[in-house]
Amino acid sequence: MSWIKNTFSSSIGKKLLMSITGIFLIVFLVVHLTGNLLLLKGDEGVAFNAYAHFMKHNPLIAASEVILFAGFLLHMIDGIMLWVSNRKARPQKYAVPNKSKTRNWVSKLMGPFGMVILVFLILHLYQFFRFKFFVEPPSHIEIDGEKVADLASIVYAQFKDLTWVLFYVVSMGVVGFHLYHGFASAFQTLGLSHSKYNKLINGVGIAYSVIVPLAFALIPILIKVMCICGPGGCTAGH
Amino acid sequence: MKLTLKVWRQKDSKAKGQIESYQLDDVSSHMSFLEMMDVLNEKLISEGKEPVAFDHDCREGICGMCSMYINGQPHGPDSGTTTCQLHMRSFKDGDTIYIEPWRSAAFPVVKDLVVDRSSFERIQQAGGFISVNTSGNTQDANAIPVPKADADKAFDAATCIGCGACVAACKNASAMLFVSAKVSQFALLPQGKIEAKDRVQNMVAQMDKEGFGACTNTGACEAECPKGISLENIARLNREYIAASLTSDEH
Ligand code: HEM
Ligand code: SF4
Ligand code: FES
Repeated sequence: MSWIKNTFSSSIGKKLLMSITGIFLIVFLVVHLTGNLLLLKGDEGVAFNAYAHFMKHNPLIAASEVILFAGFLLHMIDGIMLWVSNRKARPQKYAVPNKSKTRNWVSKLMGPFGMVILVFLILHLYQFFRFKFFVEPPSHIEIDGEKVADLASIVYAQFKDLTWVLFYVVSMGVVGFHLYHGFASAFQTLGLSHSKYNKLINGVGIAYSVIVPLAFALIPILIKVMCICGPGGCTAGH
Repeated sequence: MKLTLKVWRQKDSKAKGQIESYQLDDVSSHMSFLEMMDVLNEKLISEGKEPVAFDHDCREGICGMCSMYINGQPHGPDSGTTTCQLHMRSFKDGDTIYIEPWRSAAFPVVKDLVVDRSSFERIQQAGGFISVNTSGNTQDANAIPVPKADADKAFDAATCIGCGACVAACKNASAMLFVSAKVSQFALLPQGKIEAKDRVQNMVAQMDKEGFGACTNTGACEAECPKGISLENIARLNREYIAASLTSDEH
């Protein structure tokens, strides 16, 4: 299996791993979004809680959670390794910063944008997992005779706080920028480039990078603006 | 026209180096950039100072020697040109022009604006060739049919002059555009297919060993390449590399 190690330790191999994990995360975001949109259903979070419950009890989902975690980890470690070796490739900087035309300005900031996403992820996972490990959930509901944490109410309460709403919206903007370049870039890295379909890839990439983060960001905005609450009320989680 | 030149001066590869300021009062807009540098050097010599060392050879855009990073752009502000093809009419009276060497761990500065680009040679030697029997009954290259579209693309790739502007422009000092051109010019032709897998793997391994960065698909290389080598070649390089990794028996 040394050929796998050889391949993925080369510069192109590292980019391949970036691209494969990146596309995997792109697919994951769509799945994640469809779940989150249930929060806007206006049913006091019943559908969302049922969905969260289903996710927890489906062995396939549990397995893909491990894969998801590994995907994020690989993408981040690989990204940081690339970032470090790319810096090392130019130990002495130019006196005049580079003025060359580029495909887009975002591509020069993939690392910094990635780091912002990482900070978001850490906080995001903490908000979610603290009720599993550290804190007793403020309210519970019953699904299939089982007492489970009322996650919907926790989310609703969280986004009554304007700071969280803003943080979430800005983070989604950064995800959008990361993917504005990342989407098409991943296909170029995989060698999928042809005048016949490049326009399609670029078009879908731009549409994705606008629509998906925007849809994610609309959820906390609407929760805040329209005062959407769960059965546990709007103070849960605080 | 009157110009202020800010030129990188560095005594040798070990010296620290710094930017020095020079004034030129009578530069003609018809001069080429290198002629302007010649005028500067004549002035420096007449003043008993050390002239600025810079690389050049053909002065007609084919040898790839004239590596100068001018005002934040390799080969200066014009697109599709080398420094030797750049003319002073691209500048205005009173301009300040910064001139720096290529900056890359794999292109160490030898002196002033001269960098050592032998890392490119070593990448070429690692696989940028085809083996042809030259025993006297060499087959005529035209005896092997090549589709026109492939021949055109191979020829476009083969116009790369190995100047290193792609590396100089890249935020990662990556040599992917150069390597992709050198891999593509063979990968597209039947004569190049025989050694294709070894070629791409050996050239990429050498590229990494020399300390060039990876590609972020930013496209600065393509914009600065005097020969218009396109990012399409990097996609082909990636394809060749994936195929070789999955199917080669050697690596
Ligand atoms: C929502 C999560 C994320 C998604 C969907 C995503 C997606 C992508 C995609 C598709 C690419 C382009 C790959 C290529 O050019 O072949 C990419 C590149 C990159 N990502 Fe992410 N990413 C995410 C999170 C992160 C995080 C948390 C980091 C933190 C370290 C990160 C760091 C990077 C870096 C540094 C690159 C550029 C690599 C290079 O070309 O040099 N990403 N990402
Ligand atoms: S690809 Fe273009 S910029 Fe790079 S070495 Fe070849 S000719 Fe120069
Ligand atoms: S001196 Fe030969 S390309 Fe400029």
